[in-house]
Amino acid sequence: MPALPLHEAGKYVAGAYIVLFAIVLIYVAIMAIRLSHIERQLGELLELSESPPEVETSTERESLPA
Amino acid sequence: MYGKGLRTLSIATVAAMATALCLVFFYAPLEAEQGFLQKIFYVHVPLAIVALCGFVIGGLLAIQHLRTRDSRWDMRSYVAIHMSLIFAVGTLITGSIWAKGSWGHWWVWSEPTLVSFLIVFLLYATYQPLRFAIEDPERQARYASVFAITAGAFVPMNFIAVRLSTAYLHPRVLGSTSNLPGSMALTFVVSLVAIALLFATLCKYELTAKHARAQLRALRRRLAETGTDQGDTRSARIPESASAEGACLPASVEEVATAGRFGV
Repeated sequence: MPALPLHEAGKYVAGAYIVLFAIVLIYVAIMAIRLSHIERQLGELLELSESPPEVETSTERESLPA
Repeated sequence: MYGKGLRTLSIATVAAMATALCLVFFYAPLEAEQGFLQKIFYVHVPLAIVALCGFVIGGLLAIQHLRTRDSRWDMRSYVAIHMSLIFAVGTLITGSIWAKGSWGHWWVWSEPTLVSFLIVFLLYATYQPLRFAIEDPERQARYASVFAITAGAFVPMNFIAVRLSTAYLHPRVLGSTSNLPGSMALTFVVSLVAIALLFATLCKYELTAKHARAQLRALRRRLAETGTDQGDTRSARIPESASAEGACLPASVEEVATAGRFGV
């Protein structure tokens, strides 16, 4: 089979390489979303650990319905 | 733990990818029969080789899991198979693009190499549904390892069977009588190394992310337990959003893998 001319073959070659880069790009985007989730949760935990402890008093406990 | 060396690996991957692209488009000569279309070969074949090797590696890691009962091996096996599946999708798409340009069809059902690769892909596509259909983490890991070993053994057998078949259209790259000229072989090897490095980097990213999430979950659980023991009502405010966020991922894999480490 004769070789395809450059203008014909070019779109197929470009398509194949775009697929590879799209896969990497999508993966990086997913990783970025996951990272932002982890960062947010870490921030929440840090905020919670820095806030003063809220220990329930015995009177508060008694006043709560069983 | 998993993040160690990630930066170096990422830089090496980017450098290898850039070198491979330069060699493909500025160094490797045009092939006499296929012309410019043959440039797809430098991405398609390495993707296929790395994907198949990844499946086999997943099986080997699963053997290690069954031998040691250490769930970290199961997590590594899971990640290797997961990443190989993504690379297999890339192989199928780039192969179809090449087939359309070269043969005039997106897919040829009479071609053993194509169909056998599709069979391997479909076989591994059942790995995740099988895995997450089992709720008990221990059983899930054990069954997934058995699957990974069986399917991993099927991959080379399938490869050999296809190589032995005579009626094929698919071009042979490795071990064929028509060896590649030096410049093409060099470009191919660099491309293969670049794709292998990409695979290793993405696996490492995935493992690092899973490990970080598991650590976060363990930390949250520990804070909740400590808070409850000491009557601290702040523990009630500890967010549970992470479990929902990880629902699409093998939370049990991560949790089991880190359980020994954190004593959760």
